[in-house]
Amino acid sequence: MSLLEIEDLSLSIGKAPILRDVDLRLDAGEVLGLVGESGSGKSMTALTIMQLLPHAARATGRVTFDGIDILAAPEAAMNRLRGDDIGMVFQEPMTALNPLKTIGEQVAEGIRWHRGSNRADAEREARRMLDRVGLPEAQFPLSRYPHELSGGQRQRVVIAIACALRPKLLIADEPTTALDVVLQKQILELLQGLVREDRMGLLLISHDLAVVAEMADRVAIMRAGEVLDTGETARTLSEQRHPYTRQLAMASVHVPERPAHRPHGTAPLLELRGVTRDYPLRRRSLFGPAGTFRAVDGVSFTLAAGQSKALVGRSGCGKSTLARMILALDAPTAGEIVFEGQDLARLGTAGMKAARRHMQVVFQDPYGSFDPRHRVERLVAEPLHLAEKRPGRAEQRDMVAHALHEVGLSPSDMDKYPHEFSGGQRQRLSIARAIITRPKLIVADEPVSALDVSIRAQILDLFADLNRRLGLAYLFITHDLTVARAITDEVIVMHEGRFVEEGETAVVLERPRSDAAKALVAAAPDLSRAIAQRLAEAG
Amino acid sequence: MASYLAGRLASLLISLVVASIVIFLVIEVVPGDPAQFMLGLNAQPDTLAALRTQLGLDEPALIRYFTWIFGMLHGDFGISYTYRTPVSELVAQRIGVSAPLALLSLALTVIIGLPAGIIAAARRNSATDAAVMGATQLGIAVPNFWFAIMLVWIFAVILHWFPAGGFPGWNKGIWLGFKGLLLPSIALALPQAAILARVMRSSLLDTLGEDYIRTARAKGLPRAQALWKHAVRNALIPVLTIVGLQFSFLLAGGIIIENVFYLPGLGRLTFQGITQRDLITVKTVIMLLVFAVIFVNFLVEIAYVLVDPRLRRRA
Amino acid sequence: MSLSAEALETQAFWRTAARSPSFVIGALLSALVVLAALLSFVWTPYDYAAQDIPNKLQGLSAAHWLGTDQYGRDVFSQVLVGARTSISVALVAVGLGVGVGVPLGLLAAALRGSLIDEIVMRGNDLIFAFPALLLAILITSVFGPGAINAIIAIGIFNIPVFARLSRAAALSLWTREFILAARAAGKGAARISVEHILPNILNLLIVQGTIQFSLGILAEAALAYVGLGAQPPVPSWGKMLADAQTLVALAPHLAIVPGLAIIATVLGLNLLGDGLRDVLDPRLRRER
Repeated sequence: MSLLEIEDLSLSIGKAPILRDVDLRLDAGEVLGLVGESGSGKSMTALTIMQLLPHAARATGRVTFDGIDILAAPEAAMNRLRGDDIGMVFQEPMTALNPLKTIGEQVAEGIRWHRGSNRADAEREARRMLDRVGLPEAQFPLSRYPHELSGGQRQRVVIAIACALRPKLLIADEPTTALDVVLQKQILELLQGLVREDRMGLLLISHDLAVVAEMADRVAIMRAGEVLDTGETARTLSEQRHPYTRQLAMASVHVPERPAHRPHGTAPLLELRGVTRDYPLRRRSLFGPAGTFRAVDGVSFTLAAGQSKALVGRSGCGKSTLARMILALDAPTAGEIVFEGQDLARLGTAGMKAARRHMQVVFQDPYGSFDPRHRVERLVAEPLHLAEKRPGRAEQRDMVAHALHEVGLSPSDMDKYPHEFSGGQRQRLSIARAIITRPKLIVADEPVSALDVSIRAQILDLFADLNRRLGLAYLFITHDLTVARAITDEVIVMHEGRFVEEGETAVVLERPRSDAAKALVAAAPDLSRAIAQRLAEAG
Repeated sequence: MASYLAGRLASLLISLVVASIVIFLVIEVVPGDPAQFMLGLNAQPDTLAALRTQLGLDEPALIRYFTWIFGMLHGDFGISYTYRTPVSELVAQRIGVSAPLALLSLALTVIIGLPAGIIAAARRNSATDAAVMGATQLGIAVPNFWFAIMLVWIFAVILHWFPAGGFPGWNKGIWLGFKGLLLPSIALALPQAAILARVMRSSLLDTLGEDYIRTARAKGLPRAQALWKHAVRNALIPVLTIVGLQFSFLLAGGIIIENVFYLPGLGRLTFQGITQRDLITVKTVIMLLVFAVIFVNFLVEIAYVLVDPRLRRRA
Repeated sequence: MSLSAEALETQAFWRTAARSPSFVIGALLSALVVLAALLSFVWTPYDYAAQDIPNKLQGLSAAHWLGTDQYGRDVFSQVLVGARTSISVALVAVGLGVGVGVPLGLLAAALRGSLIDEIVMRGNDLIFAFPALLLAILITSVFGPGAINAIIAIGIFNIPVFARLSRAAALSLWTREFILAARAAGKGAARISVEHILPNILNLLIVQGTIQFSLGILAEAALAYVGLGAQPPVPSWGKMLADAQTLVALAPHLAIVPGLAIIATVLGLNLLGDGLRDVLDPRLRRER
């Protein structure tokens, strides 16, 4: 008998069906990867096991954990299970800890609650657990508060809470999605180690096929509340018997077709010379000198017309600050940003208008990048504000219709509001908005990282297509090497405000030279590599 | 933390200085000639001249302002024009009524408001919640002075349980004094308790939706434990601010309620001062009340440090 | 085409509104009070100021629906005209708060971190530090009692409320990507504030407006009660209560009636505010 058995589980919240006939099985000491795009019901499956569902939720079927019928178990019995036999780790480490309690209290709390141990014993146990998750006493005494820790460190505390009583089952719901790749690798390795040492069963929920391929013994693939495919990881992902599995796997490694960029000998479109940006820090004391934080430290590069370049680096490395300066949304402390031969800092209003016309932006969040109160026509036409002569009403509608057509939307979408579109369609809208002034450069800040893999493949295709047809140059700001690999000619690796490596994308990603680039490449989950490794291990 | 406190203290001082300037300007500069204002139109020229000298009106406004401030710093609040006694003595007599009234109302507000809000949030969407929310909705709409009149009518006029007004003084015994302040403080406190209950409920509901409550539940804590150990303290942070503001409201509201119950407090003193145009008394009492309010808000900010470790930054 | 989309939105608004009991009750009560105020311009059962000493202190009757006061004046007529006073004072005071506070808040948010932002916020803190009623009493006592000074005294305290609210809401919008997109499209801070920020905080302002309106009614009543509001012969609910206070043993209805009028108005506005919040911000409702 397995540790966890889910049979015919169906779930609805109010009138909305969430899960349908879910069957899953997890043995002790086994890692089961639960994969699916957003809204597929992965998290709800986990919350059903924990019985932490929203009030209006109704579950039918059977969920058996260690011989206990979870769906029928009274609340008191569930309280005994949670935190003791079943631990759970969540996606967002920044908000998962109580800001008013020390990490020691928060780890010890579950121990005291379940074991009834006294404070000293529970704290000793908590100390041992924090050591195990890589938070040694010297730097991380029990008296630390969550706000004194970084996101990765907080996630370690959450893991310590979940694993403090050596549960038989650990549920990790997108435990690394909010972290950058290097931290992701560290946290995944930590989970792997804990699971192995304590022979825990791990239910790993992720949208990322590569992460699951590296971690899981078996996978289950969900879509729209149903488990479509399940089986041993390497076999399932390499044979790809179910069409949806194949679709997901193809989308994860999708590389759009695009011709290699041929540089022609003209002046660069964009050139940065020694660009630096300092931010003032909060004063430590009333009279002490105000320190500064150097977010970007004397960086230089050039981008040719029609070229596609990626700026990659860990979160907080300064890449977004740099992007904002290039877009003239922020001014450098030192250095020059030269666009089409002109220093942005010296442009007057008219010159700036012309520069902005030729330089547009696509943001990460397809939900946040549109004013919810305006219609598509007005939203997409917003940059026309920069035109030398404002087009008339009819001309504007023509231009919007044309831009929508270019990104694969229908001109009749013009009169809709942004909430009427899906995430992928909205990202198409952002691109339509960006190309309406016929720019020469598009700065895209993590343009696909909020999208599901299949949508993301389509958007990458669109970027490649526009690059070919309109000769657009791109600067992609991303922490995701697969994006860089898919769509750029050259890549710059940024680390702590500086450029540590640059070169042809394929070369840098295959044979990184700098430590920062090596770390990034080593940490980036890679589906093909993971499957190959698993197959090799299986012999 | 030290720099936080220093910052708060500096802002306390700045608030006090600006408040004193505003009061000074409104009272002594705006009405034109304060002496004329105090004595009315048909004042005798020699009385007027005497008052002008007493007020120091021959001096420039700046000098008068600093004389007033330094006087207050030494406990010299000037001489009341109508009572012919030092304002400090008048204030000392009256504060024995007003301060207990404000504190008693504040205590009632907190004792009624917080538990009501917590219960309503803990049993969200239940009949209890609906009853609390309905009662508070009504409580917020009731003007406290009307509520006071109704209390007098019911408990003094009809039932004769309480005196209709007046204050026996503390020397007649604590109980009698307390009894004299009970109806007024209930009238003040209930509408404020209604506000507090709503704020507490909504803050607690926000907190209960936080990720760390889910973490606590995943640890195995039952709902009630998660609520008491994790949610309530977090929910109190925004509530503290409201309690501070309510104290200011209770102080000012007390001025009106004192009139309903004929209580010899600072409020009566203020209104008598206003009707008798005794600007010296009025400006001092108002400055004192403003000081009390600003000081209480300062205390609230200190309390934040005790509650919230994020403000206790190490160097 | 564009018309029909707007019509759809309006329709959706009313459909959701009709399902919110707070909104329905609140809107009905508020409408009733406003109608009473409007009615008083064209019709009252009696002249509100006409004294009729022989018929003083009468209880409720067919001739005088809500009885008469100590001078024999008709209470119902006074309540109707009193609605006019309360509403106009509170409304203008809220208007003052919105008219000054919102632009200040938007300005402070657009120039966040600047000296102007600092000054606006410190100024707000300062006004908040004053006990509102106390300063209102101070102002009206020095400048003389009356409706105009009551409006100013109440309105001043609405300014920081709206300035803070709009600054906080605008600040969170300024970090949103659609604002960055507008900036990348070369739009200036003023233009963005008007085109993008203001429409997106309008719902919040409407909800807060109804709350401040109801607080204004209470404040006006308090000022009138202590004799610093509208002056006789203009009736106001607070003044009626002050007169009734000493007569509460003889004629309790004189105190009960204006009090109920105030409660009905404030309750109606508060319910309307709650209902509007539910209807205009579905996100909030889901969370509650």
